[in-house]
Amino acid sequence: MSELDEVIARVHRDEWARVVATIARRFGDLDVAEDATAEAFATALEHWRAHGVPPNPGGWLTTTAGNKALDRVRREGRREEKQKEAQMLSDQLSGPAEPVGAVDDDRLRMLFTCAHPALAMEARVALTLRMVGGLTVAEIAHAFLVQETTMAQRITRAKAKIRAAGIPFRVPAAPDLPTRVAGVLAVLYLVFNEGYLATGEGSEPVRAELTGEALRLTRLVRELLPDDGEVAGLLALMLLIEARRTARVSASGELVTLEHQDRAAWDRTLIAEGHALVRERLASGQAPGRYQVLAAINAVHTDAHDLRDTDWSQVVALYDQLVRLDPSPVVVLNRAVAVAELDGPQVALAQVDALTEALDGYHAFHAARADLLRRLGRSADARTAYDRAIGLAGNTAEAAYLTRRRDELAR
Amino acid sequence: MHYLLSVIDDSANPGPADEPGAVEAFNDQLKKDGYWVFAGGLERLDASTVVDARSGETAITDGPFAETKEFLAGFWVIEAADLDVALELAAGGSRACHRKIEVRPFDGIA
Repeated sequence: MSELDEVIARVHRDEWARVVATIARRFGDLDVAEDATAEAFATALEHWRAHGVPPNPGGWLTTTAGNKALDRVRREGRREEKQKEAQMLSDQLSGPAEPVGAVDDDRLRMLFTCAHPALAMEARVALTLRMVGGLTVAEIAHAFLVQETTMAQRITRAKAKIRAAGIPFRVPAAPDLPTRVAGVLAVLYLVFNEGYLATGEGSEPVRAELTGEALRLTRLVRELLPDDGEVAGLLALMLLIEARRTARVSASGELVTLEHQDRAAWDRTLIAEGHALVRERLASGQAPGRYQVLAAINAVHTDAHDLRDTDWSQVVALYDQLVRLDPSPVVVLNRAVAVAELDGPQVALAQVDALTEALDGYHAFHAARADLLRRLGRSADARTAYDRAIGLAGNTAEAAYLTRRRDELAR
Repeated sequence: MHYLLSVIDDSANPGPADEPGAVEAFNDQLKKDGYWVFAGGLERLDASTVVDARSGETAITDGPFAETKEFLAGFWVIEAADLDVALELAAGGSRACHRKIEVRPFDGIA
């Protein structure tokens, strides 16, 4: 990569969301904003090569993208209509529902628009990665293992719905803010998990480009909403999981469980940052939400020198708190796995077995059962459970790990 | 923008009878806040008749055009600045009539 390419890549990372969001507000149209911003970056590559990088690249890009958008709107003879719409949008922006202060940022408006609950989840994910993350359609298609045309269509449809249904480009009113922030975080967590537990045949077991992108966008949300506890919680959670990423898959592509991970390979910088966020939330004295409790659980794990050194009573207590917030069977399952370390596999197995009806189609349920049965010496039952888990596992590293554990069972 | 708020009922699992006054109170609030355009409750599904004059001849048949479990029981037409406002009003309507509401923007209005 030449020096200029590196500069462009960095500016793209830092400025894309700001430029596209500013143009979206000015012209009241995501389509126009997306195309104009992409064109501005293409122009920058040529222009900066010939004339050097301007002192304020972000400002240069915003001006250029604004001119491109104006050209397009003029060309399509929609200037009056667009300006009227944009005027309407800015009228809304100055309306009484608009909270003032730290949240007054076009990028935040863009995040809330892209993660709007009236859009299907897969559309929200795609749109957020394109409009806020600045990923190309090809990159997003590759990340989610679908055809580029399929992904392009998904994004086009989402933009069409935003336009036709009148989804506003604005930060939601204060009473709606917590649920709408939760919607944004759900999108980012889904992107992270798809990177961390990549599914699909032939896919890499861990997709660092997705976990990295989710982390970058969550950092952005944290910058924009510094006082939101769940934003801090999700960022901490991602940091503490990302810190263990390289230790989690062996050289042969097999999952390495927490117990067997080389803890010296964990990223101490990320762990320190995650722990600091967890401490900050504890010090706030506010009741934590789901992501904060999950982050706290991961903080306990990353605090321990080995599995036995882990404060399991603390982990179980945190899971109790999590069950109160989210009593879903998956949370109860994860709690039972921690209970096994505290009260033994027999107690945990009874709790896991009670979830059979709800989780029979979930690979992690059978994997947890298999491990408990193995520890209880019930090899034949464990083998059956491993078989079910392997059949349902979508992640290649996980399937490899489960297969080896099954084959190591005593006959 | 104009939005159609459709009241969706379910023939297999119908919503309870309207609480007296709840829908009227909701309507009054819509009028007071300037969102009201028009609204109506529909008769039972088996009171409907289908007319088809596409071929030139007029054919008249009894009953709804499609047998579905879910059906349109009534509607509001409202005017709101954007979808977030419409969704909030729809939530109020859903609470008032104890049924699901589908929110759909008008392409145009005569």
